[in-house]
Amino acid sequence: MFVLVVGGGRVGYYLTKELIDAGHECVLMEKERGRADAIRDEIGSVVIAQDGCEGKYLREAGANRADIVAAVTGDDEDNLVICQMAKHHFDVPRTIARVNNPKNEALFRHLGVDEIISPTRMILGSIEQDIPIHELLHLGALGEGELEIIEAHLQPGSPAVGRVVSDLRVPAGCSLFGVIRNGAPTPLRGDTILAEGDKVIAIGRPDCEVELREQLIGEPEEV
Amino acid sequence: MKAVIVGCGRVGAGLADALDRAGWQVLIIDRTTAAFDRLPASFGGTALRGDGTDEDTLRRAGAEGADLFLALTEGDNRNVMAAQLGVESLRAVRTVAKINDPVRAEAYAHLGIATVCRTNLMEVAVLSFLGQAVGDRPGVFIPEKAHSHALDESAVPAGSTES
Repeated sequence: MFVLVVGGGRVGYYLTKELIDAGHECVLMEKERGRADAIRDEIGSVVIAQDGCEGKYLREAGANRADIVAAVTGDDEDNLVICQMAKHHFDVPRTIARVNNPKNEALFRHLGVDEIISPTRMILGSIEQDIPIHELLHLGALGEGELEIIEAHLQPGSPAVGRVVSDLRVPAGCSLFGVIRNGAPTPLRGDTILAEGDKVIAIGRPDCEVELREQLIGEPEEV
Repeated sequence: MKAVIVGCGRVGAGLADALDRAGWQVLIIDRTTAAFDRLPASFGGTALRGDGTDEDTLRRAGAEGADLFLALTEGDNRNVMAAQLGVESLRAVRTVAKINDPVRAEAYAHLGIATVCRTNLMEVAVLSFLGQAVGDRPGVFIPEKAHSHALDESAVPAGSTES
């Protein structure tokens, strides 16, 4: 199999080494000449010191006959462009992108990158298994930061589900002002009955958070 | 009419000012606040420090559903990514990305993003000034089709993309 690796950081370096050891044909593109030379000294002439985002150099590196292009630079936008150029310009059957910002995963997938590897997501996933999920989300700060906009996503088991808003003990210094239900924002009234899946938006002082969480989310489950 | 501009360089600031004067509602985003010094004191739009390739930042800034989305940072790939976010996630009506590499500028026009290529624009300007033939150097690449699932053509039966 012929694999074109773009990005000669640690990931690209070890990936290229492993692929060669496993008997695959492999070319590594690294635009920074010094770095490219250093890798070439060690693993041989499979290194091309050019920018893999440029169509011209992708062609020179043999992208048109590559079975796989793996874009593993540290910059998401570069990895996206490398995969798109490989796919669109050179009909590479399989493109793999490293994604650093987990928020970019959906976009990359949508734009046709075949496989997405997100180190951030992997580590996050592994951490989240260990800590209770707390569903209060900070959307932003107001003023000098003395007030916060908070979102509470009501999960099954939340003490607020099925209750009317006026029954909740909303802490002083905090105000519930809206709910997003099925994607539609609606103002909260005293007689609104909260339902599972609702996203309740509140504004309050940071010290209200503990009480707010108790009311809307419930006690965090011990894992 | 709402315009979102990512990148407050000379071109971004100049266009922000022009659109602002023409009565547009302008939002301009740059990673450094110093960049906003390029905006004139009269600028009546919003200048926001943030990453224009970050979907959440753009959304929070109210970039959704813009009539015009311009990606004008100094990085070709940042522009490519911002522009595609603008079209695909934020549903911008018209999008233009600055891509200085002519190969990429043309490639992304095929994928449905209008691109402006400064390299070609300047080569044409200089060659014209010198009275030389300019050859085939489009400064603006206009897409033939709308950008959507542009790379998924293989998943769609041939001929069915135009519907």
